[in-house]
Parts: sequence; C-alpha cells; structure tokens
Amino acid sequence: MTKITQISGKGVPVKGNEIDTDRIIPARFMKTITFDGLGEFAFYDARFDEKGNKKNHSFNKPEFHGASILVVNKNFGCGSSREHAPQSLKRWGVKAIIGESFAEIFAGNCQLLGMPCVTASTQEVEVLQDFLEKDPAVMINVNLEESSVSYTDSSISVSISNSRKKDLIEGTWNTLGLLVSALPKTRENAKKIPYLNEFK
Amino acid sequence: MPIHRLTFLTLFIHQYFLMAENLFNKVWQLHEVQKLPSGESQLFIGLHLIHEVTSPQAFQMLREENLKVAFPERTVATVDHIVPTATRQRPYKDNLAEQMMLAIEKNASEFGVKFYNPGSGKQGIVHVIGPELGLTQPGMTIACGDSHTSTHGAFGAIAFGIGTSQVRDVLASGCMAISKPKVKKIEVTGLLEKGVYSKDVILKIIRELGVKGGIGFAYEYSGETFEIMTMEERMSVCNMTIEGGARAGYVNPDQKTFDYLEGKEFCPKGNAFDLAKEWWKSIATDSNTKFDASYKMDVSKLAPMVTWGINPEQGIQVTENIPNPKDFSGGAKETAEEALEHMGFEAGQPIAGTKIDVAFIGSCTNGRISDLREAAKVCNGRKVDPGVKAIVVPGSEQVAKRAMHEGLDKIFSNAGFEWRFAGCSMCLAMNPDKLLGRQLSASSSNRNFKGRQGSPSGRTLLMSPAMVAAAAIEGRVTDVRELM
Repeated sequence: MTKITQISGKGVPVKGNEIDTDRIIPARFMKTITFDGLGEFAFYDARFDEKGNKKNHSFNKPEFHGASILVVNKNFGCGSSREHAPQSLKRWGVKAIIGESFAEIFAGNCQLLGMPCVTASTQEVEVLQDFLEKDPAVMINVNLEESSVSYTDSSISVSISNSRKKDLIEGTWNTLGLLVSALPKTRENAKKIPYLNEFK
Repeated sequence: MPIHRLTFLTLFIHQYFLMAENLFNKVWQLHEVQKLPSGESQLFIGLHLIHEVTSPQAFQMLREENLKVAFPERTVATVDHIVPTATRQRPYKDNLAEQMMLAIEKNASEFGVKFYNPGSGKQGIVHVIGPELGLTQPGMTIACGDSHTSTHGAFGAIAFGIGTSQVRDVLASGCMAISKPKVKKIEVTGLLEKGVYSKDVILKIIRELGVKGGIGFAYEYSGETFEIMTMEERMSVCNMTIEGGARAGYVNPDQKTFDYLEGKEFCPKGNAFDLAKEWWKSIATDSNTKFDASYKMDVSKLAPMVTWGINPEQGIQVTENIPNPKDFSGGAKETAEEALEHMGFEAGQPIAGTKIDVAFIGSCTNGRISDLREAAKVCNGRKVDPGVKAIVVPGSEQVAKRAMHEGLDKIFSNAGFEWRFAGCSMCLAMNPDKLLGRQLSASSSNRNFKGRQGSPSGRTLLMSPAMVAAAAIEGRVTDVRELM
C-alpha cells in the first residue's frame, strides 16, 4: 500500500465552524451504490443556489481548481458517519486536510482513504486561510514525518495521532488486510465472549 | 494474619481501589483481539447492523477482494433511509432508491446475511429494530454505518457509528481498528417535570457541553434521572450522544434493561437468560470507579428544549429568548450569526410563538411507541393547525403495529396528521418526504443542520415528540405543558 509521508499541492480554504457532513455532501446525492462521481457534489448546496447559480464558495473559484490541501476550521465533518463526505472531497481532488479540529468519525473515514486530517492552532489556520485567499497559487507541503506544514517561508507544527501517523507513513492505513489476516485469532478470542457462547 | 483473611483483603483492595472499572473498559477489554502495530486496538464487533445507504460499496469491495462475510450470524440488515413512507409499491418511483433496494436484497442474499425487508413485520429504522428484536444486549460491541448507532448504548452496549470502509472491515473480519476513547461520566439528577422528556435532557447536555465537547470521549450517563428513565427514554439520550461529539454513550444495565429484553426474539431464554443476567450485571461499572472526566447537571427545573439554530448545541428552553451572537465567544459567535441568518430569526425574540409549516414525528431518536403515545396524548381531540403539514412516521413495523393496536393512528389521523409506513423519512429526507423551500419544521429528529430535511434553505427546530405535537396543533412553537 502507498506510504504517505508528504503531500504537496495548492491549498483551498473553506471557512466556518461545525461544517457538517450534510453540508459536505447533501443526503440526496447519496442515492447511489458507488462513490463514483461524488466529487462534483462536494459542498453542493453551499456552492449553488436552488436554481443552480454559482454562489460565492472557494470550490467554485477557478484559482482554487487543482488544489489538494483543504484548510478548514473547528469540528469539520461533524454529524453523519457517511463516508460519502470524505469520498466526495477526495474525488474533487483533496489529498489532505488541515483544520482546527475534526469530528471523530469523519477523521477516521479520511484516514482509511489515506487522506490525513491534521490539526493546527486557530491562529495558524486562520493565517493560512487568509494567505490562500490572497495567493491561491502558493504551494503547501504537509510533512507527516515532521508533523509540519510549510508554505513560502512559513512553517507551522501540526498534530495527528501517533497511530494514524504511523499507519500513513508505513503504508498500513488500509486496515482490511491486517484485520482479515487476524481472523484465526479473532475466532479464538470469540470463544471467551459470553454472549457468543450461550453465556457459559 | 491467616491466609484467607489476606486473600480477602487483597480482593477488597483489588475490587475497590485498583481494579474498579467502568463498563466501557470492561467491554472493550473483552473484545480487544490484539493491539495493532499502529497502537490502535483490533476490536471484535459482536453485532453488525447494516442498511442500504452505507453498505453497497462495502459489499462491492468484498467482491473485488474475493472475501466473504466473516460472521454472517452476527450481521443483520434492514432498509430504512430511502424507503418511501406513503406507499410501499415496488418498484419505487425513484429509480435510484429502487437500485439501492435491489442492491441490499442481492447483497444480503449472496453473502448470507439476515435481511428484514418492508412487509416482513420487522423492518424499521436500524436503531429501532435492534433493541425491539432483542439483538441489542448489554456488554456487546455494536457497529453500524450510521452515526446514531450510539443509541444501542442505552443497554450497556458500546456502539459505534462507522463509515463504509469500516463496514467493509467489519464484514470481512468481524473487527475494526479503533483507538480507545476516554470515558466521561455525566451524572444527571432531578425528576423531570410533566411535559419534559429525555429529549430535553440530551438537548440540554449538548447545549452545556457543546457539539465538540465529546470529541475523544465515550459518555457514561448515570444518576437518578437516568435510573428513572425507561429504556426508550435512555435510547433517545444515547442516540444523540454523537451530536455532542462523543462517538459512543451508554447507561449501565439494570433491572429495567433486563425487563425490557426478557421475551424479545433474540434475547436468551430460560436458563440462558438467568446466566445472561448474571453476566450483564457483572459488566456494569463498579462502585468507586474513577473516570477520565466527569460532569454533573440537575434537570429538576428544566423546561422543554427547542433549537433555534443550525447545530444541536444551539438550543434553548421554550421559555427563553433566542440568544444574541454577541453573547458567544470564539467560533460560536460566527456560527450563531450564520444560524440567525439561515433561520431568519432575530436575537432576543422568543422562540415560543414561532410559526411552523411542517411537523415531523419519527426518527431513530423519537420514533418509538412511547414517543407516539406522548404525542398522541397532546393530539387527542384536537386538530392540527390548517397551515401545518403534519406527518407521523413510526420507527418500525412493530412500532406501527403496536400503535395501531392502541388506536394511536386514529388519534393522529383524526387530528390531521398523516400516518405513514416505517422509515427514516424526513429526518434526513433521502426518501420523498422533504421540506420545500424555506419551510420551517418542528421535528422530533436529531439534526437541525442546514439542508438536513431535504431543502437547502429549509429550517429545522428540534424538540420532543410531544412538543412537535403541540406545535402542530397551535401552528407555532408552544410550551406543551400548556396543553396538558
């Protein structure tokens, strides 16, 4: 599996606290049995009015097209556990997210897609967002090994849990193979769980 | 000192000072298969609930990897999010919904998973049917591709909402990779006044601790208020734990839990039930257990709660006025401004008297029989305001059957509510039940997010089912205690 140590690209700011997963991908776009094509619906109702006219949203601005580092504020991704939310961001082009804080299920879903969520202080996030609005072409580097984000001559320190960092750096972020290979151990462990053994 | 007395002393110290443990940690330890190289736990999942929205991609991934469902006997599927509630006619008018229905039928049958389809008598919202079938039991680990899986914590289970990649993991391995959260004890005291419900308690908890307050924690709910609550009331609280940012919340199992479960289809019977009870008691939190954090609250003076904004933390008592964004600090100020703009409300205006367009009673939070009974009491002999579209969507086919047996459907229909088939319906509007334009909805559901009820500009006020009934009758937000 791909080892993810550094991610570089242009940034895109999406300002606001408590941006929930309904806002990232409205439920009506989840009527699908695949994740294909979800990218165009990312933040749909924040990007388009009810007549389909474009609203003022950074995902609509040509200068942010091709960006891969999303910069957000507090409790991003709260609400529903729908993986459609990170899937839509990933399919739009996002490869890493820098935020003040993330909702847990959302951050876990991102991790399983190899899309790290790293946190930074309010001030550092706001400075970066403002900077991107003035200079969208600037390249950002997210360095997981050093837990830092750099752009132009600035460098800020960011946080991600040690376990997530390790999984990304070592390329073990997709947990499926590891869990399936442990099936014999899982079955052995199940023998000690009372409700699987008639409570004996 | 004689040896047996030493042993007793050791046991005493062990029990009360060293090993006193909370339910969460006991259950976690039992289900932890191993520590993964990353440091996360590989946690065995004892019950995996599945629905049509978050599972098709997971089954597809299994096919691509040539994997089977590892524990089909621990896996149960139903359909709830996309089902129309006005008619059950197949194929569904909405072809996308029909495709999702066909996918879950095919996946359940191909992978050998039990599936409760509409008409089976057991279909319903996944978090309503788990408990009512007795699938949900104390001491279990439960996962489902739905954030409101926290509901099952009401039984002393530890239950997590998961994304589709984790649904895939649980299907294929019976396990998921997860870091152990800390545990925060939330102790609530006080008797609720008539007309005040467990929904009001959880809205108050979220208001006080915030929508981010629970990040990194599981909540243990305790105290006399929870001891008095029925199982269904406990479910409403645990259900909305995720709205407070905590991924799981639970109440310790007690006699009410055992009484609720006894006789349910998948609950152990006879001697096994007695053995089960003993084990369930043993996994409850020990006395003198220390927690990572704790919070105390008294609810004896609590009035019914109503949200005024765009996240569940933005709630007030129905007797209060909408707050001024200036009264908040940090990011909450901007969120309050954004909320007032979306809702079209003015700071300082009372929430009571706000005119509503739609009344929705249902959802995994408040679509159970006791919710319908409380709402029906308010509607009995009254009429829904002519300006209000009002619907009741039972949480499951079993709830619907019971309600009809008690004549609740007639009370609602006579009042002017539409009586529907079971499903998630207008909680998230993935089926034809949606708000139109800027309609304002009084809703017994769990989320007041922008666009949540199907119209991007639609607006939602969260409240208890009895408060929704009162709003429907009066056509505006009303303190239900005035109608009692």
